[in-house]
Amino acid sequence: MNLIERVIAISRRRSPWICRLNAGSCNGCDIEITPLLSPRYDAEQLGIELHGTPKHADIVLISGTLTLRSREAILDIYAQVPNPKAVVALGSCPASGNVFAGSPLVLSDSLDSVVPVDVWVPGCPPRPQAILDGIARAAKLLEDGATKSQLESRRGRLS
Amino acid sequence: MNAVWSYLVAFAVWPGLLLAAPLGWLELWFMRKLVARLQGRQGPPFFQPFFDFMKLLGKETVIPRGVNRGIFLALPVVSVAAVTAALAIVPLPGNPAPSLPGDVVLLLYLMEVPILCEVLAGYVSRSIYGQVAAMREALLSLAYNLPFLVAIIAMAQEAGSFQMSALQAAPYGIVHLLAAVTFLLALPARMKLNPFSIANAEHEIVADSHIEYSGPPLALFKLSHAVELVLLTELFAVVFIPATPWPLVNLLVYLAAGVAVLGGVTLLATATARLRLTQAFRFYWVWGGLASAVTMAATLVR
Repeated sequence: MNLIERVIAISRRRSPWICRLNAGSCNGCDIEITPLLSPRYDAEQLGIELHGTPKHADIVLISGTLTLRSREAILDIYAQVPNPKAVVALGSCPASGNVFAGSPLVLSDSLDSVVPVDVWVPGCPPRPQAILDGIARAAKLLEDGATKSQLESRRGRLS
Repeated sequence: MNAVWSYLVAFAVWPGLLLAAPLGWLELWFMRKLVARLQGRQGPPFFQPFFDFMKLLGKETVIPRGVNRGIFLALPVVSVAAVTAALAIVPLPGNPAPSLPGDVVLLLYLMEVPILCEVLAGYVSRSIYGQVAAMREALLSLAYNLPFLVAIIAMAQEAGSFQMSALQAAPYGIVHLLAAVTFLLALPARMKLNPFSIANAEHEIVADSHIEYSGPPLALFKLSHAVELVLLTELFAVVFIPATPWPLVNLLVYLAAGVAVLGGVTLLATATARLRLTQAFRFYWVWGGLASAVTMAATLVR
């Protein structure tokens, strides 16, 4: 790994830009993201910036129960995020469907069956500290080249 | 050293890209840190703008379907090149480029190019948000360019020459003060800062006109913005701050003046909410126009 690659790898950890994706959430997890930008948690200290467009994002925060209709939207938006990228699943819903599991329009499967998830942040809703920790862990994975999409592309290059 | 080499050094080293980029990152960090402190936060680490730039360099470039690849990729390069060339004309202490007659006109032209690039970037991207941002930027530039251009042209009228070194050496007078106020009126909108952050209103139209950009082209647009900050603050310092005979003192005074201007503008940005396009337009054509008229009148009376 030469110097420039090393600097870029460090920059990936030091400047994770996030993008929210609500896949049918009750808005609880999304409300818990807002305090990250407030004086109390101040995510900017970690270089975290909230961006509205997936084109500028490194880490996608996906919250909410997966519904049959939101599946296409998740795939579409995930494809728009430029590589390298990481996915953080917020709350219990993307993991299991939570209390909505088994409903007729709910995809009763984990988010992992739609897009590769790197970090799971449990809770209903998760506390802001836990979300911050999840973003920091995803950023570390980006630095190490260990997110699932990065590993996938490396495997593709080798084969 | 012949002229071509001195222009190249001015473009690439000082006051060009090699030193202006770190200076621009420093200014960006200063603004972000000041905003954070004023909001009671700690704010970003010192090297944050550098990390943002390097990270974007290492990302993939996604080009939307149906977009002309050449124009899409050329716009950020043209933007950085134009803004750096404009900075190379500014007679900062130690600038090796010889002063040309009429370089004020060239400077004003080059300073319009990044704005044109932003407008085109918005329209080229085929994103509806990008197009709204481009339309807002184009209309706003019609508004803030009135006081901005008049401030510089009034100084040229006062100095009796369209040469940057003549503007810098012009004897200090009332016109300096009036033109400085007119220039400062235009500055927040030129820097896309808060009361006039209409074209990059992230809450209304998601992002600015580079909404579809990602990876290295986005990094170049961010770099262009950083260098533009240096250009605007140093242009203010060179034209409106009285020069001393010692170049090193001049440099320090110019940098300090630039940071002071930036601090004031950031303070305004933190304390205000975003205006609507019509309000901004009216502000610039009424108050900016008034300030312009008074400045021009002062140059003619003498």
